[in-house]
Amino acid sequence: MPRFLYLWLWLTLLVTGCTGQPERGDSLYAQLGGEAGVDRIVAGLLWEIAEDAETRALFVDTDIKRFRDKLAEQLCAVTDGPCVYTGDSMRETHRHLQVTSAQFNRLVSSLIRVMEQEQIAVGAQNALLQRLAAMHGDIVAE
Amino acid sequence: MRNWQARLAVLALFMPLMVQADSRLLATGGASSIEGQAGGGIAPWAVISGYGDVGEWGGALALGRVSVDDFQLDVQSVSVGLENTLEFSVSRQDLEVAPLGLNIRQDVFGAKARLAGDLIYGALPQLTAGLQYKRNRDMGVPLALGAARDSGTDLYLAAGKLWLNGVLGRNVFANGTLRWTAAHQTGLLGFDEQRELVAEGSVGVFLNRHWVIGAEYRQKPDQLQSVTEDDWADMFVGWFPNKRFAAVLAWTELGDIAGLASQSGWYLSLQLSQ
Ligand code: HEM
Repeated sequence: MPRFLYLWLWLTLLVTGCTGQPERGDSLYAQLGGEAGVDRIVAGLLWEIAEDAETRALFVDTDIKRFRDKLAEQLCAVTDGPCVYTGDSMRETHRHLQVTSAQFNRLVSSLIRVMEQEQIAVGAQNALLQRLAAMHGDIVAE
Repeated sequence: MRNWQARLAVLALFMPLMVQADSRLLATGGASSIEGQAGGGIAPWAVISGYGDVGEWGGALALGRVSVDDFQLDVQSVSVGLENTLEFSVSRQDLEVAPLGLNIRQDVFGAKARLAGDLIYGALPQLTAGLQYKRNRDMGVPLALGAARDSGTDLYLAAGKLWLNGVLGRNVFANGTLRWTAAHQTGLLGFDEQRELVAEGSVGVFLNRHWVIGAEYRQKPDQLQSVTEDDWADMFVGWFPNKRFAAVLAWTELGDIAGLASQSGWYLSLQLSQ
């Protein structure tokens, strides 16, 4: 293998190492801004959902107050915050909605936009996305 | 041109059921490779061109240039991605051989089908089978160097995966491609009677949503008696400011080409996508 590839590998590690330092010791919850931060993310997400006609259509019969509370609770629990999720399971909640792969990805894009607005660090954004992506199988209808 | 008819028939069949939309995540359509398919610079990837998800279609238009010591390759390509499952592409390559003052042109028709898995979700990587039908239009030099044929079809299997939060909080991408090919220097120097199995690999690290740095390696067959053919490698920086545009800049080392030693230089690709 050409020598420049090794050099490139080192450079890559160096650059990611320098730009990618997570705040050591802080839980992901804290990196998202704790309770206030998660509330802002959920509020931002609700605006995004309201603006996306395709996604919005699925929420016509939804009790938004409950959705908002449960989502905040779940984001808290999933990021190692001090909460226990008390809502319904992801599979039960979403199965009847027939959520498509496109709708899932659009919601992820929305979440990324909101996190950028909230100036969440890239590493924390990716860590949250990783944990949510693990729910894809339960949420998107096959 | 039965190729075209088949392609148009498939398009006509699927189009009415799909909307042009771009629900997939930024950069998941890859860039456009020198052979016109969604990929990196020198290797096709398992991803489908553009940003169309299931129920949608998308695609890309791209211009690419490889400029090494004695050669310059210009590529124009167009690709269409359907349902995040099928991809069709056409590209024209124009290789300027500076020492001889001549050009070698080649057309590449590509098709890809996603077989299983997903780039991001679930345990299985995205698995895709693809082909590239290539037709060399200027066989003077290839014949002189001993090439047997002026056209050939590469077949390949590709596996691609994006790990969210893969390393140090960064998203990491890797793709491996196994190609069965009879092409000399991707077909620009013609084709052999026999195919050979070669491997290609790409890795990239996303510094953030818009910037990715990485490297690629492409094993090459070495079937011409008259000249040696070396493996290719490059290291790249990709910029995806939004879903409409992407640019890739790379430093590339292509080794010996047609008897001219250790060719290295720059690669630039500009892509418009939907
Ligand atoms: C990882 C991604 C997702 C997470 C973590 C998530 C989380 C949740 C939670 C916690 C609830 C409330 C459950 C309850 O009331 O007990 C909920 C409800 C809901 N979700 Fe999701 N969701 C995700 C993806 C999606 C997607 C992609 C869609 C569709 C675009 C969607 C549409 C809905 C709807 C319409 C409801 C309300 C259901 C009802 O009214 O009964 N969700 N989700």
